[in-house]
Amino acid sequence: MSSASDGRAHVVVRDLTMAYGSFVLMRDLNFTVNHGDVFVVMGGSGCGKSTLLRHLIGLNEPARGEIWYDGENFTAADPARRQQMLRRFGVLYQSGALWSSMTLAENIGLPLGEYTDLAPAQIREVASLKLALVGLKGFEDFYPSQISGGMQKRAGLARAMALDPEVLFFDEPSAGLDPISSSLLDDLILELRASLGATIVVVTHELASIFAIATSSVYLDVEARTMTALGPPKELLRSGNESVRRFLSRGGTAAPHAATA
Amino acid sequence: MTADAGSPTLSFSRDGDATLVAHLSGRWHLQRDMPSAAAVERELAATPPTRLTFDTAALGAWDSSLLTFAGDVTELCARRHVTVERDGLPTGAQRLLALAEAVPERQGARQGVTIPPWLGRIGLSVLAARAPVRAMLGFIGEITLALGRLARRRARFRVADLLLLIQQAGADALGIITLISFLVGLILAFVGAVQLEQFGAAIYVANLVGIAMVREMGAMMTGIVMAGRTGAAYAAQLGTMKVTQEVDALTTMGISPLDFLVLPRMIALCLMMPLLCVYSDVIGIVGGATVGVGMLKLPLRVYYDQTLAAVTVKDLAGGIFKASVYGVLIAVAGCLRGMQCGNSSSAVGDAATSAVVTGVVFIVSACGIFAVVFYVLGI
Repeated sequence: MSSASDGRAHVVVRDLTMAYGSFVLMRDLNFTVNHGDVFVVMGGSGCGKSTLLRHLIGLNEPARGEIWYDGENFTAADPARRQQMLRRFGVLYQSGALWSSMTLAENIGLPLGEYTDLAPAQIREVASLKLALVGLKGFEDFYPSQISGGMQKRAGLARAMALDPEVLFFDEPSAGLDPISSSLLDDLILELRASLGATIVVVTHELASIFAIATSSVYLDVEARTMTALGPPKELLRSGNESVRRFLSRGGTAAPHAATA
Repeated sequence: MTADAGSPTLSFSRDGDATLVAHLSGRWHLQRDMPSAAAVERELAATPPTRLTFDTAALGAWDSSLLTFAGDVTELCARRHVTVERDGLPTGAQRLLALAEAVPERQGARQGVTIPPWLGRIGLSVLAARAPVRAMLGFIGEITLALGRLARRRARFRVADLLLLIQQAGADALGIITLISFLVGLILAFVGAVQLEQFGAAIYVANLVGIAMVREMGAMMTGIVMAGRTGAAYAAQLGTMKVTQEVDALTTMGISPLDFLVLPRMIALCLMMPLLCVYSDVIGIVGGATVGVGMLKLPLRVYYDQTLAAVTVKDLAGGIFKASVYGVLIAVAGCLRGMQCGNSSSAVGDAATSAVVTGVVFIVSACGIFAVVFYVLGI
């Protein structure tokens, strides 16, 4: 729709309904993420942003609806095909989710060892390179517990990029980071999009990030239990509906001039 | 007058017929024996006024106790159609009360507890019992598939992980196995000696200890120790990995958590349990010999020969077989509970507890089944 940017559709979500048992979290989600987009999923706490991400990467099954990648139905794919499709994804989890029994180099090397026939020395070289990209050169032999939360997150990003993915998913990248680190992470995300040409899907409610990085976005409304706005956040702030404008302006439009809506 | 020091008191006066004035004085801090809204209720019931005001001239310091009191009184008066004027309360308290009443109670947020009748409860618990059974069968099915992949050399895990797990489930367990097995052998010999000595058959303590350890107790005690030690550790490790999303990270990398995490743990336990069992047998017999030589004054050589004559290879093989099966059961219980773990730190604790309980139940049930089967087969 409004996100008719440069490219072809990469991720398409059709009629998605998410539910836990009989409790419907969100219904009738329809949106398209184009190649090269930085697509932000935003919404208040507990609205199901992270659950939407889990659906997109196949950790939860939709109650109804489908998810398509590059014209291929991910939801209906058989497990083997799904595993192949998963290899084109990179996921940065909220707390990094590094495997705590392995060093950083081993964390990044694991997917490389699984899916490429590189020799161990080459794998280590690639791992060092990825760590250098996120500013962690020299930390190859550290265990996740030996580094700070912000560094864990960056190492998680290095692991997500290990296989040069086509789509990168970020679950609340700035959660638990100080303003400077989180803005550095935003810069890194933009840099990655520019240099790798990856499509990026970010779940966040951090306004500064949203305006800094998003080329398109979807707003999940916790009251309406569905999406109520779709498009670039700056546009939504100008012409979106009442609830998305309140969200994007920290409740600002709820003040006196809300009557003009 | 005793402004700040006095205990909280509540008294009433009338301002004409229509107005009730509540005088609050002293320090209103949360503690026992605070004046309650019940006193106001009695006062309201005695002669119903139309208006209630507060007088806090003598009120000292106050905290939430004043707010809950004022809130209760407001509710009470609303029911009895008495207007409450809060002007007399301190300004801070007025503002906090206004804040608390700003957002109306969300409908349905307060969870009402409805308890179905007892017959219904029985039905519900029977229905609820099906889910864990189905989950367990599903898990066993998935493990079987993973073993199939292992046999075709398609399962993927790190050899370094396996070696570490083998060390943890093997060498690291020797201390506790030594202690428990030695004591079990000692106790068996002790109980047996008291009885057998009455018949002058003290030498048969060697048979008793040897056969009991090798056939049953070695495998059983190893199993129970390992369920408490390693089964619980597996559940806690896997449960924590679920909480920190490490398991999700494996899945989205296209690596099966079952292959990567569960298989090496199962293999480690299945390899180590028979070895630990043989070790436990030997230590148990040494424990028995300690009593035989030390208390019954049997020569060590005689005790040794008697044990050798009593214990057959068939007994030993049976014990080792049992230990291997217990190893599988402990690993299944630990990994199952770990992978089922919920999303909080208390869930990890529950998973570890449940892994030990499940493991011990499995072992004891299997032990009973083996006893019958071995008896029927004449082993």
